[in-house]
Amino acid sequence: MAKFTLPQNSQIVQGKTWPKGEGANLKAFRIYRWNPEAGENPRIDTYYIDTEDCGPMVLDAIIKIKNEIDPTLTFRRSCREGICGSCAMNIDGANTLACTMGIAEIEGDVRIYPLPHMPVVKDLVPDLTHFYAQHASIEPWLKTDSPTPSTEWKQSTEQREQLDGLYECILCACCSTSCPSYWWNGDRYLGPAALLQAYRWIADSRDEARGERLDNLEDPFRLYRCHTIMNCTKACPKGLNPAKAIGNIKRLMVERQM
Amino acid sequence: MTMLTPRARVRGLGSAKGGTEHWWTQRLSAISLAVLAPFFFIPFAIALGKPWVEVVSMYKHPFNAIVAALFMLAVFHHMRLGLQVVIEDYIHAPALRTGLLIAVKLGTLLLGFAAAFSIAMIAFTV
Repeated sequence: MAKFTLPQNSQIVQGKTWPKGEGANLKAFRIYRWNPEAGENPRIDTYYIDTEDCGPMVLDAIIKIKNEIDPTLTFRRSCREGICGSCAMNIDGANTLACTMGIAEIEGDVRIYPLPHMPVVKDLVPDLTHFYAQHASIEPWLKTDSPTPSTEWKQSTEQREQLDGLYECILCACCSTSCPSYWWNGDRYLGPAALLQAYRWIADSRDEARGERLDNLEDPFRLYRCHTIMNCTKACPKGLNPAKAIGNIKRLMVERQM
Repeated sequence: MTMLTPRARVRGLGSAKGGTEHWWTQRLSAISLAVLAPFFFIPFAIALGKPWVEVVSMYKHPFNAIVAALFMLAVFHHMRLGLQVVIEDYIHAPALRTGLLIAVKLGTLLLGFAAAFSIAMIAFTV
């Protein structure tokens, strides 16, 4: 059965409230903490940041917390401009990138949790091994049998436009981890991110393996666990539409039978 | 403890090479129901509360009988497809899942057949 209650050892408890410090515009950051080595339940720690003395984004605030208040706070980040996808986390109840989410956009306390329903490595770092393996399974590269042309594989402007809204995906996992169907059946359902990428190659006019790609997706779980909930599209911090890409895959599935 | 590589875990038992039929049939049955619903429910509402003889004579009319039988078959077929998805989504214990899937398939078949048979009985015998 799907589990609707948390096991005892995963129930979140009240953690430490760190000293407030000086500042006129203090904002509370309530952040999920869990250390696998401590053997304790996860907890919510509260930190106060003066927003006047901090960069505008949530990532700026948590870097400031790590640098100035609590160096044990663990999270991933790299590019700080929404292109690497490392700092995906659940902020104010929705999955997004900490680096592109403004602190001012959030009313009241800033609540930060790791991406939902993934194994946690530590604090805000989820284990994305399975997610990446799912991406690898759709074989995200150009597959051809024709002899490689002496120049490049040609594509018209219109054909290239078919890839807009698909190639921009940064694999941050915000969409897949916001999808209830992925929560319940993520072991077998590929999830919106992998399916958007699958469609990115199916839609590529240069690719010669469309049928083979569709064959691999023709499965009640890999593809058809999508019930058009649309959380993926709502969550995507890049403004992409995985739900539409999945719809297009289903359309091609029907089309090739008619 | 199961030790599998991440790729082996994702590939699992491979593609089932099916699922489109189920998905497409669910949509077709939904469209059929939307089209049939007014033709089924309007005579049904008229018949409600009428004397037995009048109701029977209404459903002896081929149009009403055919619509009612088609509606019942579409309802229970759609129900089977929908419940199957719900079970696959939420029930993960293998034995319970298999048992429920069989129960839903046979149960809806029984209900659909019984409904169609009842309508045929009214149309042909009563």
